[in-house]
Amino acid sequence: MSLVQRYRPSMLRIASGYVPSPAVAEEVVQDTWVGFLRGLSRFEGRSSVRTWLFRILVNRARTTGVRESRSLAVSNLPATVDAARFDATGHWAVPPRHWADIVDDRIVAEGMAAAVRTAMVDLPARQREVVTLRDVEGLSSEEVCGVLDISDANMRVLLHRGRSRLRQVLESEFGRA
Amino acid sequence: MRLPIPLRRQVVCQQAVELVTDYLEGKLPPSARRRFERHLAGCPHCTEYLAQMRATIALTGRITPDDLSEQMRADFTELYRQWRGDQSDS
Repeated sequence: MSLVQRYRPSMLRIASGYVPSPAVAEEVVQDTWVGFLRGLSRFEGRSSVRTWLFRILVNRARTTGVRESRSLAVSNLPATVDAARFDATGHWAVPPRHWADIVDDRIVAEGMAAAVRTAMVDLPARQREVVTLRDVEGLSSEEVCGVLDISDANMRVLLHRGRSRLRQVLESEFGRA
Repeated sequence: MRLPIPLRRQVVCQQAVELVTDYLEGKLPPSARRRFERHLAGCPHCTEYLAQMRATIALTGRITPDDLSEQMRADFTELYRQWRGDQSDS
């Protein structure tokens, strides 16, 4: 399978996170390959080909996308866990209800994956980028840093906030059930 | 038998929830990891919290390409229309 075919699904998926339509995502992917080929002589092998390719992709997609405006609406998200759920000594006052093991049920998982899907769209752009690359695409944390050109510490802060937010969404879903 | 010496920097729950990602990514320094694990051993709530974060990550990994693009497509189409609308108004 060619490189173009192999990376196509991931590239389209990542590009879709930034641009308004599949057609535009397709353009971004094609544009990325052009940029990749043009820059090939400058590729020094300091990162993997995939990291380098995805980095070009993210940069092109960011330039093309109109996504940023969306994240303004949700910039005031609560902390990892609402501070009101802890007492003055920092122990749980309102502990988490148990649901982690229910997720093992396939049917429940289907429904909850849908909730995660919806919540992903509402994450601030930087958090969504990191969560998409790390947890949806399964890139290593080193690779995510390489693609987004951010430090390891920065990556983990964004990942932590993104994952924590998704957990909160699931918690409220289970609370409703 | 000696009583355990109270740890000067014992992890409380509110701190523990902030360490979860570094723990799962294997980036906690050994001493912090030990403190974190010691806290978990005595705290069922934080143990559940950690399990919930693992479950969340597993569910995120279940998102299939079509799911994501479908959701984002609908979202973006609307956003794009608004954006186009704003452009033509000005």
